[in-house]
Amino acid sequence: MTARMDRRFSALAAEGRPALVTYFMGGDPDYASSLAIMKALPTAGADVIELGMPFSDPMADGPAIQVAGQRSLKGGQTLAKTIQMARDFRLEDADTPIVLMGYYNPIYIYGVDRFLEDALEAGIDGLIVVDLPPEMDDELCIPALRRGINFIRLATPTTDAKRLPTVLENTSGFVYYVSMNGITGSALPDPSVIGGAVRHIKDHTTLPVCVGFGVKTAEQARAIGASADGVVVGSAIVNQIASSLTADGAATEATVAGVEALVRSLASGVRGARVAAAE
Amino acid sequence: MNQSPYLNSFRGGPDEDGRFGIYGGRFVAETLMPLILELQEKWDEAKTDPEFQKELGHLGTHYIGRPSPLYFAERLTEHLGGAKIYFKREELNHTGSHKINNCIGQILLAKRMGKTRIIAETGAGQHGVASATVAARFGLPCVVYMGATDVERQAPNVFRMKLLGAEVKPVTAGSGTLKDAMNEALRDWVTNVDDTYYLIGTAAGPHPYPEMVRDFQAVIGREAREQILQAEGRLPDLVIAAVGGGSNAIGIFHPFLDDKGVKMVGVEAGGKGLDGDEHCASITAGSPGVLHGNRTYLLQDGDGQIKEGHSISAGLDYPGIGPEHSWLNDVGRAEYVPIMDHEALEAFQLLTRIEGIIPALEPSHALAEVIKRAPGMGKDEIILMNLSGRGDKDIFTVGKILGMEL
Repeated sequence: MTARMDRRFSALAAEGRPALVTYFMGGDPDYASSLAIMKALPTAGADVIELGMPFSDPMADGPAIQVAGQRSLKGGQTLAKTIQMARDFRLEDADTPIVLMGYYNPIYIYGVDRFLEDALEAGIDGLIVVDLPPEMDDELCIPALRRGINFIRLATPTTDAKRLPTVLENTSGFVYYVSMNGITGSALPDPSVIGGAVRHIKDHTTLPVCVGFGVKTAEQARAIGASADGVVVGSAIVNQIASSLTADGAATEATVAGVEALVRSLASGVRGARVAAAE
Repeated sequence: MNQSPYLNSFRGGPDEDGRFGIYGGRFVAETLMPLILELQEKWDEAKTDPEFQKELGHLGTHYIGRPSPLYFAERLTEHLGGAKIYFKREELNHTGSHKINNCIGQILLAKRMGKTRIIAETGAGQHGVASATVAARFGLPCVVYMGATDVERQAPNVFRMKLLGAEVKPVTAGSGTLKDAMNEALRDWVTNVDDTYYLIGTAAGPHPYPEMVRDFQAVIGREAREQILQAEGRLPDLVIAAVGGGSNAIGIFHPFLDDKGVKMVGVEAGGKGLDGDEHCASITAGSPGVLHGNRTYLLQDGDGQIKEGHSISAGLDYPGIGPEHSWLNDVGRAEYVPIMDHEALEAFQLLTRIEGIIPALEPSHALAEVIKRAPGMGKDEIILMNLSGRGDKDIFTVGKILGMEL
């Protein structure tokens, strides 16, 4: 396995705080602005980066990420360019783990072997592929693990005790707990319910458990971070980008700065999580 | 022809993972996996339960009007001067197409599973109308997702669905057509997992849908096989059906797949021609990929992004095809060919005038292929075509193209 992910979570555990995992769509609204956003994330306080691979038919995503994918594809983004973005980022940052997140078809068309080779060489540490459940592990998960790239699986409220071991079996890096049934960007449920679910998963695995889907504010990040090893923020960042664009979808000076400010605020939330929990 | 992996049968698929060769499978988000596994379990129980079959048969006879007639198209046969042409008259079913066969089956399953809310996607509106119909019949609320573009061009069906008590939700995401409606239905399902049943309209999607929809539609081929044996004392030489997602085609093909002398042709929407992007010929002009829960032939670009199809017929306007068709194509058991918009339109008009049957634009594609092939065949040969829907819903589209004010 690429060591960056484990190293990062161990370091955070030693620090006694959860990770801030930030998602944005690669290429939104254009390659250069998107790369600038990516480079700004670690200094603003992101611990792990989820780099979205745009897909024309994102079935598990809410309107914010759907539209971000459309902007990105319109701007000429391809899977090859998304991998290139990671490569460009790695020139300046050797430590922040990068997880590619998206859907299977673009990878399948790129070619699984070629994809894994290029991803590894570009410094990518993990994959989240929404439409590849454990039943489809032969497609990408097993080949990825063999190459040393983490395959991060989603566990959801529908993942019951019977199914959880199946979901965890070939998962590595961390477990991504989706806090509710639904699409990205919906309303966040009660943090105490989430805390129970996280403890349930942790009874079955030693991997870090990160929680996402619906986290928008520093306060929510703080509440979730009290029980989880990481807090994932996606739609809020994507919305922040959308709100900074001109009427015809071009980046402005506020695009990168807005994301930086939001991530800094979220980072203060996760940094206060355990302090708040201890009170 | 390549060997079928299913022991001298082309009817043995899918395997337990829902695969037809490399096609099919279960490419869905984790949230949906437990639901799909439960659906499969309940479907496996239901299909061998005599009570379930009895209720299905009863509703088939008294609600849908089965069996649908097998009709010898005498005047068309004479006009084309070759093979004898028979139509399986699925357009005479309640709601006017084959779609109801599947909807009745699935709503019985939904009821059995204790689900209290039905969702469906629709393109032309035929499956939406059939879903709204069975939801009304069983007293369940129904939400139909329909691309905003389709809502506009299929206004009569939208009104029908509303009359039947369904809520029609226009989908503006993406390009506002069938694939976007399917994305939106999946999003609804993922959000409302406890009470909702997703009634997929075609033989595609994650396992067990392709198998289940096929089995509900195979009543078409089973009846037709008996009827043609009774009428002609032998099997047809050629079976032709239109293919969008492919439910009417797989329904008529499947019972004939192991009859070696019976050729199968699936007709895809060639739209304005295969050179550009304005067609829906997934097999003829697409390549294998993964969308909506299954691996199958898709219209896509070099980056794996799904393209928008085009067809004069909204019911064929889908950039994919059921996985079993992809497999039947690759093993050579069925042949898939494109028919252009204008050819379908000519066939539509010919049948209307010569047989007094207004066909839907979907089977008009199959008919155009019949018109091409029949004259070259012997008078002792037989073509069986699935006349899968009636054309009342299409008169506005056709009127517009022919420059008539309605």
